[in-house]
Amino acid sequence: MNWILPPEEIQSGDRHRVGGKGYALSLLAKNGFRIPRTICITSDVYHEFVQRTGLRERILLELHRKDFKAMRWEEIWDCATRIRNMFLNKPFPDGLAQEIRTAIGDRFRDQPVAVRSSAPEEDDARSSFAGLHESFINVAGVDSIVKHIRLVWASLWSDAALLYRQEIGLDVEKSSMAVVVQETVAGDRSGVVFTKNPNDENQGIIESVYGLNQGLVDGTVAPDRWIMDRARNTIVTHTPAERKHWMIPGSKGVYLAKLPEDKSAQPPLTPQDVDYVFKTARQAEVSFKAPQDVEWTFDRDTLVLLQSRPITTLRSADKKDERGWYLSLHRSFDNLKNLRRKIEDELIPGMIAAAESLRAIDLAGLPDQDLAAEIRKRWEINHKWANIYWADFIPYAHGVRLFGQVYNDAVQPDDPYEFIDLLTNTDMASIARNNMLMELAGIIRSDQRLAEKLRQGDDADLDASFRSKIDEFIEKFGDLSCSVTGGKNCVLGTGPLYRLLLEMAEHPALTESGRKDDRIKHLRQKYFNSFDNDQNKRAQELLELARSSYQLRDDDNIYLGRIEAQLLAAVQEAKRRLEEHSGRQASETLKKVLEDVDFGTKSPKVDPDSNAIRDKLRARQLVGQPAGPGIAKGRARVIQKHSDLADFKHGEVLVCDAVDPNITFVVPLATAVVERRGGMLIHGAIIAREYGLPCITGIPDATTLVKTGDEITVDGYLGIVTLGDTGL
Amino acid sequence: MMDTNEKFRMRLAELFRTQNLAALSTHQAGQPYASLVAFYAADDLKHIYFVTPKTTRKYANITADNRVAVMVNSSTNKASDFHQAISVTAVGKVEEVVGSDRDLILEQYLAKHPYLEEFVRSPSCALLKVAVNSYYMVKNFQNVMELHLEP
Repeated sequence: MNWILPPEEIQSGDRHRVGGKGYALSLLAKNGFRIPRTICITSDVYHEFVQRTGLRERILLELHRKDFKAMRWEEIWDCATRIRNMFLNKPFPDGLAQEIRTAIGDRFRDQPVAVRSSAPEEDDARSSFAGLHESFINVAGVDSIVKHIRLVWASLWSDAALLYRQEIGLDVEKSSMAVVVQETVAGDRSGVVFTKNPNDENQGIIESVYGLNQGLVDGTVAPDRWIMDRARNTIVTHTPAERKHWMIPGSKGVYLAKLPEDKSAQPPLTPQDVDYVFKTARQAEVSFKAPQDVEWTFDRDTLVLLQSRPITTLRSADKKDERGWYLSLHRSFDNLKNLRRKIEDELIPGMIAAAESLRAIDLAGLPDQDLAAEIRKRWEINHKWANIYWADFIPYAHGVRLFGQVYNDAVQPDDPYEFIDLLTNTDMASIARNNMLMELAGIIRSDQRLAEKLRQGDDADLDASFRSKIDEFIEKFGDLSCSVTGGKNCVLGTGPLYRLLLEMAEHPALTESGRKDDRIKHLRQKYFNSFDNDQNKRAQELLELARSSYQLRDDDNIYLGRIEAQLLAAVQEAKRRLEEHSGRQASETLKKVLEDVDFGTKSPKVDPDSNAIRDKLRARQLVGQPAGPGIAKGRARVIQKHSDLADFKHGEVLVCDAVDPNITFVVPLATAVVERRGGMLIHGAIIAREYGLPCITGIPDATTLVKTGDEITVDGYLGIVTLGDTGL
Repeated sequence: MMDTNEKFRMRLAELFRTQNLAALSTHQAGQPYASLVAFYAADDLKHIYFVTPKTTRKYANITADNRVAVMVNSSTNKASDFHQAISVTAVGKVEEVVGSDRDLILEQYLAKHPYLEEFVRSPSCALLKVAVNSYYMVKNFQNVMELHLEP
């Protein structure tokens, strides 16, 4: 069988083997258009690779860990990360590697090439995967080309591609991928042509930039734009761009550079060039019998067509193009750098200042009317910051993901989550809080009289230095009462804090997993050694960005918690007054504001107990994602409501719906963590890793199938929770 | 005609080569328990290998009593199974494979089950070896042959 086909050997029956892109290139070549030197690695090679290496079944095992529709996006990203790593690490079976290497070496030697995805389901009239599958440009050397072929294959299983396939109803199990390997044409002017404007069928569009097309396609270089009259092949309008940059080839890949001044003053195309490019694309439209989206470049003065595909976004199309949303799942390095500046320089100081200014107000001294206004104001402030949290802080978590992908591509580790070791041991606020708790617990441990006083709830004559430490803790992190006694209905007071400290004091407390300096040093070396000198600065910047993103993943909740605590404090003051002065006129104002901001007197909803059912049907093993290595067993403490935290005992397994940094103060007491919500980078997983605890996430119904008091074993290597005796 | 020793072994080897899963029988305190395991059999047919997490019932049972039975069969859930399928039960004793043998056996095991790589390499899993004493082969519905291996 011909595993690898040049365009001239591709027949009409080969479309499913070479994919839309490969097939279109063969038609362009046969119709006399100039295309770069190209070979197509057929989808047969993909099938042979995944079959002989066992990857086909491994991928399906990974994707069927639980119902795909029940997976959160984070879990799908985790699956995609593991699959990508499988493609990078699995050696080629004997024979196959030799054939591919020979074909590539014979045709391209050390010449740089583009390695492009060409999925058989891609670029037909029904669906467009443009941008969802990966393509790489300016790749040189057989080893590197082969590595990038694997990465293109892996992109068939990226989070965005998986979700998009599900959206448009394609069967992921039948997916395959051909790869087009094409010599890099270092064009000095490039662009795209839409032979028919998606918004006006009488027009066409040309966009052009200096340098390579990459800058135009990924949106980093603004193009000059020409609207064309299709009937006359004439220019209707020309909209010049602010020409500042161009994308040019580097020693590896491409990079953005400042555009020389002589070029920035001139459009990349003359009117004659525009005419020639448009007419050529229209000829392609005739060849394909459909309007085309053509990518092209000028190799000196020769027009070279890089690819051509049918336009899928014409108004007459019966399907809305949803790719935009899936593409937005990933953020670029530059986008994240800007976000970091905004978060660190504006948002975090703003949150701290907001909480501080609220704390300075003497609530007890406010008349009822003013207290009502203060509650409204605090509700709005809290609401504003919660919105900012979703708009800016959540997307910033992509910094960790971007680093993870770059690390895995460069280092190709066995464990796709090895990179996290380079991110831990940041100065997370939740760890600082827990360290302070452990310090206080240490004082109690060595002072029986103090312990007894706290046990009796007698804090009137505490030792001054201990008292001041407690005050310092409360000033920084609150008294934990709302975390323990439950959000909206919390009861303020130091009781819960003292109970937690007494429990910690009775046992030697767990410490952070330690800095593991040697390992971290080794991983840093591995990471930096994977880059050339000219890429080292960027690698360093990315690592710093990822560390900041990782730390903030937890800290943002702590800061948001401080603001929410100030809202709750005002609400508690209002509730106190309502209890003391029931029936008086002023109370109506307070009652109304509490109802308006949804802090009325409704009881929190608690999941119904399903004991009756459980007596008949009982879970033995529950499978989730292995999110923290290790194996441990203990009694489960299932957190159904905040007040369950107050009973947390040393050695128990924390089982909860979603770990929030505002409740992770019990983690130093825990022996393992189990969470319903899925993901390797969620709070439960992060804090468990900091303490070296086994952790499993993404177990649906974890909080209903496991009961407080159940003996459970947490296998953090495999992601299995076993209920009942395991004989371990 | 009765199978010769050699023919019997060839049938066994063919069955083990074409089947991925086996039913494992263990017991504890007089209560039998059956589990499905992905197995690999050595060429000399003296040993059958499988991998299990150490948190499972089968592992606890084996720890309490290492006598087990392993059944492999070629049925396809059709009526024709009654005359066509072959079923083999092996009985023997099981022990965990540790030390330098482990990597070698795992390599062979993974050649048969490459998709189980993450699973078998987990520190919470054990590689187990059944040292087979006897094989019982059932074919043609009720025709049973036994092979007792030299200790």
